[in-house]
Amino acid sequence: MDLFSFRKPKNELESQPNEQQNIPFIPEEMWVKCPKCNTMLLTTDMEENLRICTKCGHHFRMNARQRIKMLADDETFTEHDADMTSTNILDFPGYEKKLEKARTKNAKESVICGECKIGGIKTVLCVMDADFMMGSMGTVTGEKITRAFEYAADKKMPVVVCTVSGGARMQEGIMSLMQMAKTSGAVKRHSDAGGLYITVLTDPTTGGVTASFAMEGDIILAEPDTLVAFAGPRVIEQTMRQKLPRDFQTSEFVLQKGFVDAVVSRDNLKNTIVKLLKIHGYCEEVPEQ
Amino acid sequence: MTAYEKVTAARDAKKLTSIDFIARMFGDSFIELHGDRRYSDDKAVVAGLAMLYDTPVTVIGLEKGRNTKERMERNFGQAHPEGYRKALRLMKQAEKFRRPVLCFVDTSGAFCGIGAEERGQGQAIAENIMEMMTLKTPILTILIGEGGSGGALALAVADEVWMLENAVYSVISPEGCASILWKDSTKAPEAAEALKMTAPDLFKLGVIERIIRQPKADETKMFESLKILISRTFEKNLALSDDELTSARYERFRKIGRPE
Ligand SMILES: [Zn+2]
Repeated sequence: MDLFSFRKPKNELESQPNEQQNIPFIPEEMWVKCPKCNTMLLTTDMEENLRICTKCGHHFRMNARQRIKMLADDETFTEHDADMTSTNILDFPGYEKKLEKARTKNAKESVICGECKIGGIKTVLCVMDADFMMGSMGTVTGEKITRAFEYAADKKMPVVVCTVSGGARMQEGIMSLMQMAKTSGAVKRHSDAGGLYITVLTDPTTGGVTASFAMEGDIILAEPDTLVAFAGPRVIEQTMRQKLPRDFQTSEFVLQKGFVDAVVSRDNLKNTIVKLLKIHGYCEEVPEQ
Repeated sequence: MTAYEKVTAARDAKKLTSIDFIARMFGDSFIELHGDRRYSDDKAVVAGLAMLYDTPVTVIGLEKGRNTKERMERNFGQAHPEGYRKALRLMKQAEKFRRPVLCFVDTSGAFCGIGAEERGQGQAIAENIMEMMTLKTPILTILIGEGGSGGALALAVADEVWMLENAVYSVISPEGCASILWKDSTKAPEAAEALKMTAPDLFKLGVIERIIRQPKADETKMFESLKILISRTFEKNLALSDDELTSARYERFRKIGRPE
């Protein structure tokens, strides 16, 4: 059964290449329509509001760099393994070209890992990126996340992972599947060493990521308007010809079914994470005199 | 055989299923145990206790069923979350008694449906994978037909993974891969080659430790030699300390596909 449910971008803005951002004429994409309340929003207003609809609170998707900026204290994020790049390990036809096309200035792999301070507390932070092959899990994705957990276990640091994934990286075949085991092993070791792991599920979290580290957090948070699934809704509709219940697989749905601890809106996310870190005894770094 | 011919063979309704393996290897010593103690008993997973010579073992298999009626009952070997939770319950029990665990994998994948999603299919698989990684008793998994993605991996985080020579193991079905990547499911044979899903390919990639020859007719010898090999592997791993055992298992997966 395939695990893939690549969803179309929710609005046109998301499918625009980033290069055009510096051009000083007024672009058409100055406006964006909220898919929930249909309000036309000024893109700049929406961006300034953490990409949340100013009218109804709908959460637009956010890329990894934006999310790191939102969660990490200013100028504290140091990236790990930034140069690790995906290669065509199985000689899969057409994969090199796909990789080339997927690499942009802001998205070089489907996850960015590193360490930072969150509310002054030293934390390992991994943020997946839908802009790179829909956040699919390749060998590099698994390796970077595994190293992040091993590093955190070694340094006795907490880990926060923001997930977004269309599922496995088909072009890496079985190697993609093995990353589920590899990452889960590292999560378990960090956990057995007493480390805190907070998962933040963001839209969409599906497939092999859901069936591994996304569901292994001590605390699992989800953003509103997030698809959380093993098999995505399109797969289920196609294979089962079943009509899906309303709000099926939304963050609110999985909360009600008992699989996440809380749905937290983006403007309250950092605050919630800081509170959780402190409750688990992690302290702010006191600057040396 | 081409990769796709192996896929077809692995799906053949007439081939041996987990129940056949259990019956031929353990005979009357097998006692079936049911239920996940949380929701129900998933018949896509058959599990219980058996004697391997004079060693008690826990046996867990994904079961497709051997005729139409059984296949319906067994949901074609596609487990729901409760199936994976039954498996984990019995693995934890095996750990308590330091009894080795033998898993048979034969599934096109974990079941995709409303109930499976509502009851946390992703969470159930994730928990199995994570808990198996540090289970303090030997685990050996044998792929006897189809090994479909996360639904197969949920029983395949083991000290060693073996494969019948015509079994397949993949992250996605070749049809699914061809239709998503090339918008053309008739290109499944090409996808099957590209995915490297056959036993020899997986052996080269370090994903499996052993390939088991499949005889054309009488399988008696295959089962006898399997029993000897399994028994030796368990014996070797039972001699390890908990730490040695789980560290080796961690390293086994840690090194797969590690970029230079
Ligand atoms: Zn709105």
